[in-house]
Amino acid sequence: MLDLWYWFTDMSNSKVVALLLFFSLYIGILIYLFGSKKRSKRLESYRLMPLDDDDEPANSDNGKKR
Amino acid sequence: MAHSTTMAGAHAATGVASAEQYNYEIIKKFAIMALIWGVLGMSVGTYIAAQLAFPFLNFDIAEISFGRFRPVHTTLVIFGFGGNALFATSYYVVQRTCQARLYSDSLATFTFWGWNISIALGVVTYMLGYTQGREYAEFVWPIDILIAVTWVVYFWVFLQTLLRRSQPHIYVANWFYMAFILATALLHIFNNLQVPVSLFSLESYSLFSGVQDAMTQWWYGHNAVGFFLTAAFLGMMYYFVPKQAGRPIYSYRLSIIHFWALVFLYMWVGAHHLHWTALPDWVSTLAATFSILLLLPSWGGMINGIMTLSGAWDKLRTDPIMLFLITALSFYGMSTFEGPMMSLKSVNALSHYTDWTVGHVHSGALGWVAMISFGSLYHLIPRLWNTKLYSLKLVYVHFFLATIGIVLYITAMWVAGIGQGLMLRAFDEYGNLAYTFVESVVFLHKPYVVRMIGGMFFVSGIVIMAYNIFMTITAARREAARAEAKIAAKMAGAAS
Repeated sequence: MLDLWYWFTDMSNSKVVALLLFFSLYIGILIYLFGSKKRSKRLESYRLMPLDDDDEPANSDNGKKR
Repeated sequence: MAHSTTMAGAHAATGVASAEQYNYEIIKKFAIMALIWGVLGMSVGTYIAAQLAFPFLNFDIAEISFGRFRPVHTTLVIFGFGGNALFATSYYVVQRTCQARLYSDSLATFTFWGWNISIALGVVTYMLGYTQGREYAEFVWPIDILIAVTWVVYFWVFLQTLLRRSQPHIYVANWFYMAFILATALLHIFNNLQVPVSLFSLESYSLFSGVQDAMTQWWYGHNAVGFFLTAAFLGMMYYFVPKQAGRPIYSYRLSIIHFWALVFLYMWVGAHHLHWTALPDWVSTLAATFSILLLLPSWGGMINGIMTLSGAWDKLRTDPIMLFLITALSFYGMSTFEGPMMSLKSVNALSHYTDWTVGHVHSGALGWVAMISFGSLYHLIPRLWNTKLYSLKLVYVHFFLATIGIVLYITAMWVAGIGQGLMLRAFDEYGNLAYTFVESVVFLHKPYVVRMIGGMFFVSGIVIMAYNIFMTITAARREAARAEAKIAAKMAGAAS
């Protein structure tokens, strides 16, 4: 166990440590985002936030030719 | 008819209610200043482009020579135009998506004056010949301090507004804005650690020296691109593209991957500006590797933005604002492909110290940053003044002028840069340089003229935009005055 700790704290292994750390973190984010249908549904519901409020200006004809 | 009247009345009421619920006054100020600095900065840019093609335009006046006007141009377009557009849109987006009023009107006003006074002082000092000599960080040390204070206040206002939100979730656009605010603070403070010559001198020495100084500068320089000119404008994209399209963003989960991958990878790539220098080779390789990896989140974000229009592509036929936003994303995709390619050491050996780099920067700055800002401001300004745009036809004219301008600019710089690179490293059969330096300068004349013409197209576009916005605001004020007069007359009638 102590050997593993020494291996992690050895600066010559820092590149492998960094790779393991950040790659695991990245995989963790992917699992968080796509691992649960319920969570996915909740996350995707936030897409609608900008459209929740009506901020159309008066007499708006946004997108029509003038 | 009755229905449409009711709808118009409801929209007007919504606009007035929004103006009261949220702090729109500060957003209006920033939006107007973005356009003022934009017109000035892009005009100066075109003038110095003309100076490179026709050097007599220096007129032997030191204050307007290329060396002094160049930081004036970059400061005005990046911090003046881009910075004010970011303050305006971030204050708008954070209020609308949090459904909370901006924290402290007076602190927000302080950020407006702090930021714009810094820019004005920067312009004056550059023209007088005072500079730190660090690219995109030329401000002398007292202005650096003013910017740092302003930026901390900006962070505080933004954070407190997020904390006051009435929505449970913080929308992803705000994540990008927050990353931009935090990273810019970090970059600005560390890259501007200076030792002043004396308390009353504008001159100073960098705290770092040699290759560490170069490394710090380009860690700053590339992250200014990564966080100021990319992450923040992605925040703009994640709000204004769905709003203008009237459809939600293509994938929220993709936006989360985009965010974390982008903010993680960008911080490592600055050293690709220092290939083939005294920098250790492994740092150079690390930067190139991370630059290549950056292609993935960059394109993920681009696809997320463009696919928002999936099923509604017809909007591009009828909505010029949508044209701006989608073209911006296309240029974002193109320049984030070109960047990693140029970060490869072998490509960089040809491209670095040539005009290819200048072309690459402008395909990002004009194509991505300016186009997404134009689209967002065209969306935003009618809502701030609760009116409609003066002319959509002028928006079309602006769009085509800007697009033609960018294409002329970047193609001219590809020709100039690649030609220049090839000439500077061509050898004859005896191993001597095949061309003299001045021959490469002569070769550059024609591409420089085309670049100047491209710049003229682009400036004409923003001048037309400024006119369109001026007329929009004038009409809105007239409408508001008329409505107030009507109410006053009714009140007077009721009183008598």
